[in-house]
Amino acid sequence: MKVPLKWLAEYVPLTLPVESLARKLTLGAAEVEEIIRTGAWDEKVRVGHVLHVEPHPNADRLRLVTVDLGDRRQRVVCGAPNVATGQRIAFGEEGARLISGKTGESMVLKAAPVRGIVSAGMVLSERELGLSEAHEGILVLPPDAPIGTPLRDYLGETVLNMAAWSNRPDLFSIIGVAREIAALTGAHVREPSIDYPTYGAPADARIRVTIDDPELCPRYTAMLIDHVQVGPSPAWMQERLAAAGMRPINNVVDITNYVMLEYGQPLHAFDATKIGGNQIVVRRARPDERLTTLDGEDRELTAGMLVIADASRPVALAGVMGGLESEVSEQTASVLLESATFYGASVRRTAARLRMRSEASMRFEKGLPPELAPVAARRAVQLLAELAGGQPAPGMVDAYPNPHAPVTFIASAERLHRVLGIDIPAGRALEVLRALGFEVEWQPPDSYAVSVPYWRPDVRIADDIAEELIRIVGYDDLPSTTVHGRTPQAIPQPARDLRERVKDILVEAGMHEIQTYALVSLEQLQRVQPAEELALTPPLRVANPMSAERELLRTSSRGSALEILARNLRVQRGEVALFETSVTYQRREGDLPEERETLTAVIGGRRLDRWGQPSDEPVDFFDAKGYAEALFAHLHLRPSWEVTEEHGLLPGRTAAIRLGGQDVGVIGQVHPDTAAQFDIDSDCLLFEVRMDLLLQHLHTGRDYQPYSTVPAVQQDLAVIVDAATPAHAVRAVILAGKFVTSVRLFDEYRGPGVPEGRKSLAFAVAFQDRERTLTEDEVSGSRRRIIARLERELGAALR
Amino acid sequence: MTVLPVAELENLRVQAEQDLAQVTDDAALEAWRIRYLSRGQGRITAAVEALRSIAADQRREYGQAVNALKRAVEEQFTARREALARRRIEDTVQRGRIDVTLPGRPKPLGRLHPTTQTLRDMIAAFQELGFNVAEGPEVEWDWYNFSKLRIPPDHPARDMWDTFWVDVEHEGERPMLLRTHTSPNQIRVMERQEPPVRVLVPGRCYRFEATDATHEWMLTQVELLAVDEGISLADLKGTLDHFAKRMFGPDRQVMLHHSYFPFVEPGVEVAVDCFLCRGDGCRTCKGSGWIEILGAGMVHPEALEGVGYDSRRYTGFAAGIGVERIAMLRHGIDDIREFYRNDIRFLEQF
Repeated sequence: MKVPLKWLAEYVPLTLPVESLARKLTLGAAEVEEIIRTGAWDEKVRVGHVLHVEPHPNADRLRLVTVDLGDRRQRVVCGAPNVATGQRIAFGEEGARLISGKTGESMVLKAAPVRGIVSAGMVLSERELGLSEAHEGILVLPPDAPIGTPLRDYLGETVLNMAAWSNRPDLFSIIGVAREIAALTGAHVREPSIDYPTYGAPADARIRVTIDDPELCPRYTAMLIDHVQVGPSPAWMQERLAAAGMRPINNVVDITNYVMLEYGQPLHAFDATKIGGNQIVVRRARPDERLTTLDGEDRELTAGMLVIADASRPVALAGVMGGLESEVSEQTASVLLESATFYGASVRRTAARLRMRSEASMRFEKGLPPELAPVAARRAVQLLAELAGGQPAPGMVDAYPNPHAPVTFIASAERLHRVLGIDIPAGRALEVLRALGFEVEWQPPDSYAVSVPYWRPDVRIADDIAEELIRIVGYDDLPSTTVHGRTPQAIPQPARDLRERVKDILVEAGMHEIQTYALVSLEQLQRVQPAEELALTPPLRVANPMSAERELLRTSSRGSALEILARNLRVQRGEVALFETSVTYQRREGDLPEERETLTAVIGGRRLDRWGQPSDEPVDFFDAKGYAEALFAHLHLRPSWEVTEEHGLLPGRTAAIRLGGQDVGVIGQVHPDTAAQFDIDSDCLLFEVRMDLLLQHLHTGRDYQPYSTVPAVQQDLAVIVDAATPAHAVRAVILAGKFVTSVRLFDEYRGPGVPEGRKSLAFAVAFQDRERTLTEDEVSGSRRRIIARLERELGAALR
Repeated sequence: MTVLPVAELENLRVQAEQDLAQVTDDAALEAWRIRYLSRGQGRITAAVEALRSIAADQRREYGQAVNALKRAVEEQFTARREALARRRIEDTVQRGRIDVTLPGRPKPLGRLHPTTQTLRDMIAAFQELGFNVAEGPEVEWDWYNFSKLRIPPDHPARDMWDTFWVDVEHEGERPMLLRTHTSPNQIRVMERQEPPVRVLVPGRCYRFEATDATHEWMLTQVELLAVDEGISLADLKGTLDHFAKRMFGPDRQVMLHHSYFPFVEPGVEVAVDCFLCRGDGCRTCKGSGWIEILGAGMVHPEALEGVGYDSRRYTGFAAGIGVERIAMLRHGIDDIREFYRNDIRFLEQF
């Protein structure tokens, strides 16, 4: 809300510099987002009075103008055709900072001879003052402009642009802001005194108001004003409205807007002669009813929308916008003034549905107090009488079926202390609350009896009073204490613990952690997930996506990781290894989706050489597997790696990662076709691990074994097997051998010396007994039996 | 056995010393040792053994002389051996000099995402005060995200959180959304347990808003919730004061000022004094000397009653803190979108 300071000053003395005032409001009431200043001229631009205008002796079009500045007189040369004796004008003295009328740039006014006569100063145009582009003539001020006053004090305006809370409709009014300032600065609010003459028959004899739905419209007041002369509103009102960001229209509309800004109560003026049957009915729209609103749109109304109707048809959308037909026009002489209270949620819903949020609907939706309606109505009638020649009919038609009682309650000092942690002395508390408009009495031994002013519907309980006190008193005196007392229940977080451990392990192994967007496009998912899978459990869709790129709750994080890989490969020359722990969202009928925690890792680029320079070797499957193995080794898990095939991965270079017979993940080279869809033209690898499954296989930690101090016998064992025999099958046989405690593969070889279609595998084997040193015979016996079993079961031959 | 006269012993000594002086490597030294000092072949050893065959009256004089000879020569041998060893090391040092300014064999170096790093520090700060981590779902019911937090449908406060709705309809309504804050987990935690509650909820949140350098539609938040008998706004201030000192330096201070969130009363905005300009006013604090870091307040009694807590007995506070914002302040990051670009040139700086 834009609050012009001069307007504000009418209700409360503004004793502080504007910056301090803004700071006080921000800390205690609502944020001043901006201080807008217009007309920031320096003190050398002042109001002058034109005493004489004489011809310039050396130029036909120029004149010599003598200007009275109150404290002195100055004669200057002026070329404006409209300058005349007796005018109040804006005068720039020598040294004033202005905008050049010729170049439009900032300049400092200097004394200079003009056609032989020295001119020290200037009578200014709007353009030179930065007010508009007008430069044909000088700016002529109203005849009451105070001579000698700096122009900025007379014409300049400072406006506070304030945020307002959605529970504080009063802060959407200038008087509401004034009340806050009064409480914050110890001043008093001066509300307008409302008084006007009345004429003719009382309003309730001429018009009837019926509320069909008191829930949506708790109160409706109508007043009648005759002999209104529609025309422009006075300049001061137009200036205030413009400063507050509203466009002046005519005196009647301007007055309703003025009072809305002043009190926060939206008003609507109907042409009274257009209200059929002399009755107002507040009801829900009927099926197929339409209304052409003020903006000229013909709107279809839906059942449930609250309308203001006359005897036969809707004339306004309650709280949102008036109808075109009953609008006040230049022909209007009798005005029916509506000041009503509509239920906020209903106004909000209607405004949202019709996409027509207005200054009025914004105020109604915050929940206006019914007590405000008649106050604002009378104020508007007063202004219509004073400024538009209106003759108000006596009285007010006031439909208010269920009058609200003032909100009263007891707030104990004990409760206030409990919430705030400090005591606020009763004297100070009473002072603050009364300054805010509360009626409050101290009730010994420890209570306040509070009656809440009608304009504060947000205050209902003692805790609200605690806030009123602390925000005005300030939070600086609050001590800093810590929570103490009983120990809260521990909440085990195994999934989180595992996640953080996995991050540490992979970072230590050399991978970068990434974090990617949870919303993706269908196209991106299709690259990494088979169509059947997407059809079977379709990803959840966002109803209001910002773009097609961010439309679906992802069911796989692979695509996001590959996009980030591609982006980095474009600028990095060496290896790029990235991982993310994220959730995928699996649809569940009638429930929130399963958020399935997944580790996704991608590796691409070229290996680094001894110098850390990119080598010629692209990364391959075993680089990826190295990272994965580091992860499992850190977690003390020994997965098996089983040949498998998977959408988007290259057959023959893809393995399922299995723990205890369960697939917990997959690793493989990204299929070149898939990689190409992500604009990756080099080999890249991917592995993915289901964290929820991994969690099930973690060791509890109670599996410590004392280590053996007996030396182990180390032997190498090289065998030749079919190229298709997986190394881990050979390893498993060796590991099953007697006394064998560890088996490490250290070479795979194909080529000269090994028959075509076969490969040589070399293992380092450790034989060990817990209790004693093994004899040579025991080791060689075990070795013999291992070899025999390898020959028998795997067709292996000793190399 | 040749018995040398005492005078001859002096010649032997001179000869042994001259020979030793010629020795320049280990092999020559060993040859020298064999010639003079070895058992069986050594000339000095033999001279010592000759003592036995010396007449008794000359034995004393000879014995003293030959033992002195042996000691002197042995000492010189030891000195020579040590000198040779020293020279060998010196040679190694000379020949084996490396350029220590060459780079080491590179080990891969990964980094935790800056959001993770800051989040961990934030969690640690609150864990020191006894808060437990409790996580909750990102896709939420309207009920938890809004209604239970005193933001019913069609309430204007909903404008404070522009929402992504999930396209699932139930009786004409869309009950499911991407949580706009971590606050719904306040309700979930309180529904699960009785006071005392002291939790912090880290997690992703989503806001339907256009992105720019300071706004992202996806963000990370930490929610703080403490409920027990006797918890006050002063406790909130102290807790956040500790947090500010841990994150931004031990001499930081926090300032509370008025704010509004429907689920707290009183509601506050919390600022920390600017650690860059120390209050003089700079670009980061927009000249005010204070940097807004979070919103907080005392849990509204109706929110407590809504989960079955006795609001006369229990009070509590809650706070919500944006992790990326804290990370941006700590590291001087000026564009929030970098967090999701994941460019290694960004990631490797943290």
